[in-house]
Amino acid sequence: MRSLSEIETTSKRASRAAGYSWGISEDVGKNIRLLELFGLPGIKYLDQYLKKKRKKKFEILKLINRNNKKINLAFCPINIGVSFLDQIKTIEPLKKIKFDEIAYPILFIPFLSRSSEIIGKKILLKFGKNEFLFNFNQNILTNYFKKQFPIKAQNVEIKFLENKNNFTSSEWKSLYKLSEKTFVDETDSLKHGAAGAGLTDND
Amino acid sequence: MNVKLRDPNIIMKLSRLGSFHQSRLSFLRSFLDEFKNWDFNKNLFELDKNGYGIAVYSFKKKDRVYSLVCFANEINDDERSDRVIATKWDAAFTLHDGIPSKKDIQRLRNEVPKQEIGRLSYKELTLSRANKSVRIFNHVVDSLSNGFQPSLDLLEKVGYLYRTTAVYGSGKFGLADRFRIKNREEINGPFRLEMMLVYLVRQFTFDQVNHVAKLRNPKKAVKLDKKICKNLGIGNSTGLGMAPFIVNHPTLLNNWIFCRETALKEIREIKKVNKKDSDLFKNCVRNSIKNITSWNTESQYQLKKIKNLLKDVRKFLNFVEGEFNFETDYPFNKIYLWLEKETCEECIEYIVSIMMEPFDTIIKPLIKKMSSDEEKYFDIPTYRTIKDLKKIIEKKYPNILSINFDIEENNKKFWFISKNKEEPRLADRFKEKGANLEQPLAIARDIKKLYKKILKTKSNFTIDKFLIDNSDLRHVVRRAFIVEKFPYSEIQDNTISEKTIPIDMLRLKLSFFGALKFDPRSDKWLRICMFQGAPLPNELKNYDEQWVYNT
Repeated sequence: MRSLSEIETTSKRASRAAGYSWGISEDVGKNIRLLELFGLPGIKYLDQYLKKKRKKKFEILKLINRNNKKINLAFCPINIGVSFLDQIKTIEPLKKIKFDEIAYPILFIPFLSRSSEIIGKKILLKFGKNEFLFNFNQNILTNYFKKQFPIKAQNVEIKFLENKNNFTSSEWKSLYKLSEKTFVDETDSLKHGAAGAGLTDND
Repeated sequence: MNVKLRDPNIIMKLSRLGSFHQSRLSFLRSFLDEFKNWDFNKNLFELDKNGYGIAVYSFKKKDRVYSLVCFANEINDDERSDRVIATKWDAAFTLHDGIPSKKDIQRLRNEVPKQEIGRLSYKELTLSRANKSVRIFNHVVDSLSNGFQPSLDLLEKVGYLYRTTAVYGSGKFGLADRFRIKNREEINGPFRLEMMLVYLVRQFTFDQVNHVAKLRNPKKAVKLDKKICKNLGIGNSTGLGMAPFIVNHPTLLNNWIFCRETALKEIREIKKVNKKDSDLFKNCVRNSIKNITSWNTESQYQLKKIKNLLKDVRKFLNFVEGEFNFETDYPFNKIYLWLEKETCEECIEYIVSIMMEPFDTIIKPLIKKMSSDEEKYFDIPTYRTIKDLKKIIEKKYPNILSINFDIEENNKKFWFISKNKEEPRLADRFKEKGANLEQPLAIARDIKKLYKKILKTKSNFTIDKFLIDNSDLRHVVRRAFIVEKFPYSEIQDNTISEKTIPIDMLRLKLSFFGALKFDPRSDKWLRICMFQGAPLPNELKNYDEQWVYNT
């Protein structure tokens, strides 16, 4: 088994060899480590993408907008990933962002995961019937369980989710009520002696 | 009294970092302190009459066991090399997490002797190999088998029976990644498992030499005297492989130096020092003289440094044992100021290390702060502005900004990874091919390039916008924001100058390991000795903390 350290170093060097700057290659190394840590096939698709990139000039995007349309080929997942990560604070207010086509979308995933941690919000990625929920870079929830990842994602939609509870108010109240059974009823004597401050503190 | 931390622009210069010495903060000493109450065992020792075979040693506490698995092999003299190009070694080792099963040992027997081309698993924590000092090993075996102890003069010249030529950890060649073990309290300190491996290898070398002598002449052989064992360490040959590490781990580097600087600051701020502590300090300085006079090297560069060190330490001893009064307020502050005025860099750092000896209450909490969660500081704060970045660079890299990289001698070298061994190397960019594949280790040059670029950029521009067209500078933008928070994270010097002495970078790291007697073999590799004078495993429960100076 390859260690995560080997995975990160080799991915970084391979990305540099494929023409990315050292700084971007450092990010790619961290990303592939993250994918493999989450059990996603990062090495496999990075290798495929870097080979493909030699022959095809995937599109780059300097500034991320609400709707991002390619001119010819699909967007480079690394280039738009870096832009997304770097511009995250600027684009977050847009709430929803669309890309019409991204090549090798799996390589874009870790950028979203890291962005989720930076802004402290969950991010939802959708393309076709596939959904990925990024939880503050702690884990990724998905309904995608096939071994093969698509090499293109079309009509990609990214949503920044507001920080909301995953449960209803009545579910919370019900559980809270149960938790109250660990509390002790305060007698007069406990009111006087069990806390630090006085009962009146007007002076 | 508030003493300021020392200026990173002085301390992080290569010549100063290359003058660092071991101290109470060093990893091999903190390893011994942490594991002194663990049970040591020799679990397996199956060597033939020539000393070839397998041995297993362990440290155990409650349910936790760390096992060193040793494989001693026969190699020809012409196959023995300390260089990284070697493919065979006298012995190969791995530190296994737990008790290795028979199946594990079978697997390790196939993989460990192959070292870099073998594959380890997440159950192994560190990997190493070592070569005999053939001259010393044979002399010791001959002597013991004939019933007498070896020549102390000869042993003193070398200081070890074996020297390791690499110690790997943290995920290399399939070894366990650090994240798997980082929450274990006993290894809450950098390189602790690497230190454990080296320490246990030392014991193996004593057992092996005794074993071979005994089987050679069962009736007459004697065991190597324990006092002699104690005065032998483990040698280590170290090359450029270590140098990029300190550039590639900025927050870790910061934490090591920051702890050292904090220790010095707090010691200088002690108003009254009691007699017991001042006596301990003076004793250590006095006793350390023999560490300097027994420091053997053929390197003219090092000999000059040793000569100056010895001269200045003697001068300091005269001062501290003569005119200096320890009853004065803030005595260590006065001592430090005297050192700065009167002695060389090597001596200043030497005495700074010794100042830490009496002050456990200052040192022990710092040891726990020497690791780093590097991932936390990786992302670039891209919402910041060019104005912020400019301010950081001007404040944190003032001397680097004055280097002219258009002059050939300031831009002479380049760091690269060799294809055949995947190891870092340094070459002349104007004479050798390969500079186009340069590693990102010329931080000073790239910071200067970044600075020139931002001078031409609007100050209210945010970093995300700047990076769109300046991706080639992304790695140094990241570093600049790290150094803003971590003042000692950057070497404040030019690592590609004609005058750069790479062993200064190795020396810095080795001093934190706890190495003694640096012996440069060129400007790119050196030999050192570790654990020389350290307690033997059966003495760990009650040992002299100042063993470095008192052996």
